[in-house]
Amino acid sequence: MHAHYDYSFNLSSTFRKPRQRNYAFEKSKLTSDRKNTTSHPLGDLVKPTIKAITQKKPVTKRKPSTTPNSDPLGGGTDPLSMITSSHDPLSVLAVGGNESGSFSKARSSSIEQKADRETGIPLWSDLKSNILAKYTTSEKLSITTSFLSSRGGDVVKTVRQSPATVSDKMKNRLEQLDDFEEGSVKEMLNLSQQDYVKRIDELNKALITAWDQDQKVKALKIAIQCAKMLADTSVMQFYPSKFVLVTEILDTFGKLVYNRIFEKSTYKPAGSTKSVQLPADFTPDQVPESAKETCRNWFFKISSVRELIPRFYVEAAILKCYSFFKPSEMSDALSRLAVMVRGIGNPLIAAYSRCYLCRVGIIINPRQKDYIKKCFGDTLLTYHQIQSPSVTQGVTKQNISMSVYLTLYSPAVDWILMCMFDDCDDVLFDDILKQVNQSANSALLLNGILRSAKPQSIAKKAVIFIVLIRECEDTGFPKRILYNSLGSRLSLADPPESDKLKILNEVWKFITKLKEPSEYVACAETWIEYVMKHFGKKEMNTVLSDIIKHLLPDRAFEEFYPNLLTIMAKILDHVHNYALLFSLEKFMSFVDLFQKDSIKIKAAKIIVEAFCKYQLESVNDPVVISTVMYMCKTLHDSVNALSLDDEKRSVSQLINQFIHKVDYGSNFEQQLNFYVDSRANFTNLDPVMTELVQCVNNLSITTRKVVRGNHSPKTSAFVRACSAYCFITIPSLDNTFIQLNLYLLSAQVSLLNRCLSQAEALFKAGIAALLETPSTMTVDGKAKSSEGFVVQYIQNFLSSLVIVPDNPDQGVLILFKGLLNVIRGYQFDSGETVRVKLYLAVLSSLSAISQEKYLYHVDRVESNDTLYGHDAKFLGEVEKLSVTVVDEILNHLKTLTEGFENLKVQSHVSLLTFEHIVAYADLADEAMFQLAKNLWSLSQKHSYADSKQVTKVMTLLKRKAESNEHASKLMKKING
Amino acid sequence: MPLSTKPTQHCKPLTLGVGGGLPCFITIGLAVRHFISFDIVIMATVLDIKLKRATKVYKEGEVVAGTVVIESKGECSHQGVTLTADGSVSLQLSSKSVGVFEAFYNSVKPIQLLSQVLEIAKPGKFPSGKTEIPFEIPLKAKGNKKLYESYHGVYISIQYSLVADMKRGMLSKDLRKDLEFLVDFNHGDKLKPQPLDFTLTPENLQNAKSKSNIPKFKINGKIDSLLCNITDPFTGQITIESCSNPIKSMELQLLRVETCGCAEGYAKDATEIQNIQIAEGDVAHHIAIPLYMVFPRLFTAPTLTTNNFKIEFEINLVVVFKGDMVLTENFPIKVTRV
Repeated sequence: MHAHYDYSFNLSSTFRKPRQRNYAFEKSKLTSDRKNTTSHPLGDLVKPTIKAITQKKPVTKRKPSTTPNSDPLGGGTDPLSMITSSHDPLSVLAVGGNESGSFSKARSSSIEQKADRETGIPLWSDLKSNILAKYTTSEKLSITTSFLSSRGGDVVKTVRQSPATVSDKMKNRLEQLDDFEEGSVKEMLNLSQQDYVKRIDELNKALITAWDQDQKVKALKIAIQCAKMLADTSVMQFYPSKFVLVTEILDTFGKLVYNRIFEKSTYKPAGSTKSVQLPADFTPDQVPESAKETCRNWFFKISSVRELIPRFYVEAAILKCYSFFKPSEMSDALSRLAVMVRGIGNPLIAAYSRCYLCRVGIIINPRQKDYIKKCFGDTLLTYHQIQSPSVTQGVTKQNISMSVYLTLYSPAVDWILMCMFDDCDDVLFDDILKQVNQSANSALLLNGILRSAKPQSIAKKAVIFIVLIRECEDTGFPKRILYNSLGSRLSLADPPESDKLKILNEVWKFITKLKEPSEYVACAETWIEYVMKHFGKKEMNTVLSDIIKHLLPDRAFEEFYPNLLTIMAKILDHVHNYALLFSLEKFMSFVDLFQKDSIKIKAAKIIVEAFCKYQLESVNDPVVISTVMYMCKTLHDSVNALSLDDEKRSVSQLINQFIHKVDYGSNFEQQLNFYVDSRANFTNLDPVMTELVQCVNNLSITTRKVVRGNHSPKTSAFVRACSAYCFITIPSLDNTFIQLNLYLLSAQVSLLNRCLSQAEALFKAGIAALLETPSTMTVDGKAKSSEGFVVQYIQNFLSSLVIVPDNPDQGVLILFKGLLNVIRGYQFDSGETVRVKLYLAVLSSLSAISQEKYLYHVDRVESNDTLYGHDAKFLGEVEKLSVTVVDEILNHLKTLTEGFENLKVQSHVSLLTFEHIVAYADLADEAMFQLAKNLWSLSQKHSYADSKQVTKVMTLLKRKAESNEHASKLMKKING
Repeated sequence: MPLSTKPTQHCKPLTLGVGGGLPCFITIGLAVRHFISFDIVIMATVLDIKLKRATKVYKEGEVVAGTVVIESKGECSHQGVTLTADGSVSLQLSSKSVGVFEAFYNSVKPIQLLSQVLEIAKPGKFPSGKTEIPFEIPLKAKGNKKLYESYHGVYISIQYSLVADMKRGMLSKDLRKDLEFLVDFNHGDKLKPQPLDFTLTPENLQNAKSKSNIPKFKINGKIDSLLCNITDPFTGQITIESCSNPIKSMELQLLRVETCGCAEGYAKDATEIQNIQIAEGDVAHHIAIPLYMVFPRLFTAPTLTTNNFKIEFEINLVVVFKGDMVLTENFPIKVTRV
């Protein structure tokens, strides 16, 4: 068509002449006057927010007052705890929604208790999970209940509305009762533990459902039946867990009852006629008579429960409701219930009953202590029951040893003692100790004290405790457990300085005599912390060698890897002097105990993690470095093709951290040697390799800084070695994009250090690598076209190439030509326009290269400007290149002749080129001028030009026209 | 009302049917009657009595105050509303003591203690919606009788109730609502505790069948008072000093002893009210185990002796040994209200 003819003459005279530029002059023109400013433009915006933050801080950080009881977050009787316990939004949800079973319940209660924690009140939830994990059974269990329907959906009878008389109401309730009792009470036998837990959870749900359907009697019945389960000790090992599960239901029940009464109570504040909801911190006289009556009815109902144990538990569960009455009633009830437990003959059940009472009591009435003392006193008084024939017979019948049986008591006894010790002074502590000693010097109780009292109190008297432990009666409760408890307490609080060694000697004398490896390991695991915390090299070594000695025979250590790992973790937690630790002769032998691969890796990870975390300063100790290097190597070797990305990342991160910590100071060669070793050890991890290249580049730059650019023969040899290191290392990376970046970076560093041949090699390698660039790259886990990266990279590369001096042995601009070839051959996904843009970038660079003096230089490196001295032959080479490039562009323009899209692109590309010529070309040259003119008319020809682009180009031209007559001529030509 | 929503849909054709023609009413008599019962529910007027006092407990001389509540969907015409306060002792002879037939025929006439009628509203109409009519009835016994405390027993019960009656026209059923309220009988005098210490040994057993296989035991106990205030729990303690057999359980049993007098003499019966376990399993020796029992409401009343009947209470302490041997000690108590 017409268009085609037009171009043929247009593009015939394609040669390019760059404009000569005076960079210094241009710069001075571009640089506007600057003056110092006093105020930051965003200052006003920023400051107030800072202020707001600083104001807030003291508020959020304000600590609750230290005395636990005056704390506003304290327990039962004070205001805030009422909120936490009764208005907890989660528990309301749990009550409201039927599906939310015990789990959300448990969560809400733990939140609730968290509030109590700050007051120092012992936390049941801490103990709870321990109990559930520890006391398990494989025996078959049974539940006797009428509420778990094996017949499928529970047919819930709708409650008849407003029965006419009291007797009607009663009849109705009796019917409900009959409904449950009519042979529907079933004993579910042969339940596995999981089944049992599931059933109990169902019961909990059934309770909430019944409550929501207004079947209070059914709810009460469920609670009673649950409590009844606690009277059954048929599978003793499971009893503590059963206690936890069942009391959870009872807690739910208690909360339901309390919340219902609370919600229903409205009162009229003085001077007001409108009833309002009770405030959270209500006093008994604000409670309306009807609420008290409902409350009393509950207690009446419960007081008529025939059996002792359910009656005790259910009343304890709703004890909180006593807060609607006079305060004295609550404390009376607590005391009465405490004594009531005396009627429970089975000591295990009795102990847990007391535990439950204390657990409930300490939340609702933390100030009252007498019932706890009573509970404790009764425990002491009835302690001998444990040895009574009926108990021992039961124990032997269930085939459990006495020591196992005694450990079943631990949680209950611990809890009672914990409540006892909460807020207790030294006098009381001594008193309790004396009581325990006098009445029953039993290991069980002593253990309870050790586990429950404040660590500080224990630590102060550690020596006395050791004597007590040694002397206490051996009733089957293993002493090692006592030592264990003591050890874990001492890891929390330090004993007096003078006692430290004595304690260790005494204890270790006992521990070392333990023959059974499992017992030995358990003790060692607790006590190692004490040793590591308080003692030096010699003791550590001794203890470690003792551990090795005990575990080496028969390869016993193989069974205790988890324990050994904890020991390792504890050692590393406390010893941060790695030079000392790694030089311990026994430490490495200890590490050698981890022989199974997976465990070895875990151990290595623990060590490296600890090292990275606690070693804050850089290290150069060869022992430390080689040890950690060895561990890192173990970690590195654990990574294989099947490893997860996350694992690889975390290992790489650890190793990188380690590499960063190693610093030989001014001994650069050793540093480089270290990097060489590291490279040899960690070849499989890309991130580590990348890091190493960066480190070496850094090292090279540091060297340059040290010699201030004046390399001596020795240092220049060293920096060349660094470059060589990079050159060798980069190809081993998997990721081409990282390779490309590193090539360019290393080349720049080499150039900076005047390693010209190295730099050239790196540039060449970079150009070669470009050819292998994949078309997609992953960014944040998503695949993305790599085109953007490549374009940017090439542009970056071009600007570096401007200053690279030519190698006299090779032709002019050999690197440049190479890159041009890459551009020519590269497969761009989004079309040719990208290539044209790159060509334009090449033209800009060529324009820069043909200047008499370059825009930038590398210090002490002669670039082509000085090398060729603006020689005409060189300029001719450059021009030849330019012509080729312009030809490429024009040829591309020629192909864009048809179709709306193509024409639009044509207009765009020609405008771009026009802009380029205006900016960089010498318009005085007639051919250039003509080309520019033709390009402009081509761009306007089909009026597809983008108006924004046109304006931009015109602004540029206008600016040029102000100083350049040819430009203004061009402008006139165009406009005219 | 569980049925309130659904029937509304059924009700439309029904009212038409009834109003439309009598024959229809006859032919589908059964079905219609069924519908009519619904009709009452919907058109329903609900009669209710509400007492001011949440506990519903009153003493002689006090005033029972409350409201009669009439709730109706539409206008409701009536022939008058009355409120009756009733109180009576009903006596029944036990078939055990006098024989089945005599028990049936000879049931003694109830003794009326209280009877007061109050007119709440004269015949007229109640507007649609809720109407509350307050009332006050002073509690005064009939003649020279006393208002005994409310009591629900087996053979004797003393009950008080309020009954609201609404008389209505031909087509609608009369409405009735009754509500029990409770009366406390105050003795007024302060209690002087009557404590009792006791010791149980095989030697002071009374009706043991054979002394040979009786375990050796010594049980000390203390009852805080045999004279009990009904609002306070029965308390005491018990200590096992020695016992050769393991104990299985210890219980407190509360018994009522009801005596009815009539023309042919009188009948006396003891029945269990409740049984409270105070110890479970082989309890520790030498430690005082608390005795504690709350007197259940309604089923206990102050000990009462009149010409016609008697209500008395006893407590049994029951110790069950392993092997199901049972030891029972009986303590008659006197219950009062202070």
